[in-house]
Amino acid sequence: MSSNDHDDGHGHHAHNAPETGPALRVKALEAVLVEKGLVDPARLDTLIDTYEHKVGPHNGARIVARAWIDPAYKKRLLTEATAAIAEMGYGGPQGEYMTVLENTPRVHNMVVCTLCSCYPWPVLGLPPVWYKSFAYRSRAVSDPRGVLHELGLEIPAEVEVRVWDSSADMRYLVLPMRPPGTENLGEPELAELVTRDSMIGTAVVEYPPRKPPPVAKPAA
Amino acid sequence: MNGIHDLGGMHGFGPVVREENEPVFHADWERRIFGMALLAGQTLGNLDEMRHTIERMPPDRYLASTYYERWLYSLETRLIEKRRLTRDELEAAQQRLRDGTAVSDALSRVEQTRSDAETVGPSARPGDSHADVSRRHSIQRPRFKVGSGVIARNINPEGHTRLPRYARGRRGVIRHDWGVFVFPDTNAHGRGPSPQHCYNVEFRGRELWGIDHPANERIFIDLWEDYLELDRAVLPDSTARIAVKKTPVPKRVSAAMKKSSTQAKMKGAPAKSRPKSPQTRAKAAPARNRKMAAQSRKRR
Repeated sequence: MSSNDHDDGHGHHAHNAPETGPALRVKALEAVLVEKGLVDPARLDTLIDTYEHKVGPHNGARIVARAWIDPAYKKRLLTEATAAIAEMGYGGPQGEYMTVLENTPRVHNMVVCTLCSCYPWPVLGLPPVWYKSFAYRSRAVSDPRGVLHELGLEIPAEVEVRVWDSSADMRYLVLPMRPPGTENLGEPELAELVTRDSMIGTAVVEYPPRKPPPVAKPAA
Repeated sequence: MNGIHDLGGMHGFGPVVREENEPVFHADWERRIFGMALLAGQTLGNLDEMRHTIERMPPDRYLASTYYERWLYSLETRLIEKRRLTRDELEAAQQRLRDGTAVSDALSRVEQTRSDAETVGPSARPGDSHADVSRRHSIQRPRFKVGSGVIARNINPEGHTRLPRYARGRRGVIRHDWGVFVFPDTNAHGRGPSPQHCYNVEFRGRELWGIDHPANERIFIDLWEDYLELDRAVLPDSTARIAVKKTPVPKRVSAAMKKSSTQAKMKGAPAKSRPKSPQTRAKAAPARNRKMAAQSRKRR
């Protein structure tokens, strides 16, 4: 099935020579927009740099780590998320209205946007390709356990799964469970354990952190 | 619109595959279209219009495009529709690039100004109008209360809507009132913001996907007031479950329930035992909800 090929943003088009396909169309569009004064190239570069290098899941990880060690902050985060996130210096587009969902031994939360790709930019950055894929958007609501299984996460049958479809202006951040054995870790060390997917609800935080799977190599 | 973008519940797209160490962008043109869509996009109308432009893509093209190709399509389409540029201008610029003839003045200006760093606040984004309207109308009275049973209306508008097909006609319970927000269905079509309350509504997995579905799955969807109507006929089963277990039942009803415990477990009481006046039920509901909230606090 080719849905991921279609939606992964680095299919055959991206590998074309720069003068064809979307690369050509984008270059031409930029030329015309700049010519007409509709886009300021300097602002464009700054904006891209912000979302490529400054905003990302490390922001959300700091919030999660603080919530794990500071019960008063955790309480604010679960009741007034937007304000509690602003305390840490994060806010802006796609994060104007925030709700934090706490995962517990009984309840596992996960987030999707079935209609497009809504995602909490200020705390997680831009969404990964799988989050925007037709496969995830179509089945996260109807077969969440199956989707989680495909992503390597098994949720015990007795745990309730709650799926949040970001269909309006509220954006969701999952507060994952703090893994056992981390009692002596400080806030920065804890933040390093927190993964992007654990804050979407498609992974749990592990300690010690799981090594990335070996890259599959084609048989010689 | 009942478009291809409304994917919830569909099959056939294969497994979800995660890319390890995924970069933010996979090609330079993705960076550029992302930035241009945000910068130019904010001069072209609101976020709802932008979303609807993507939804209007022919379905076969939507499915065959990558994510940022859809953004490219959307920005080109809106620029042409709003008469900021013409298809001919775009094609001429593409032809110049293909020919490798003189890079246009504009492109050389792009290179020159690259180094100029100018701070751009993240507030430069079309969605901002949502926030403004939300503040202005925050005192509007809500039509539904937290805990109320609701039915997502069975509507099939040809224009933009944020009511997913998989929820239409289904019963749920209001879990949060997020306050007043711009209504996408009108805002996307220049028919004004129609500000109204937006709620988080809980649906049981079985209500959406049928009795074979695992019992302990719930789906929460954010829905505007105009998508909802009060569920006068039955108690949503999640509410009923709690109510049956925890709410002290008046003696008369209690005796009836002993006769048939299955009846209480059913989604609703039979028609003849419903209160005659819908107002009676509406009045009773808030008290019941307060009780339930208190009990659920206790249980925690």
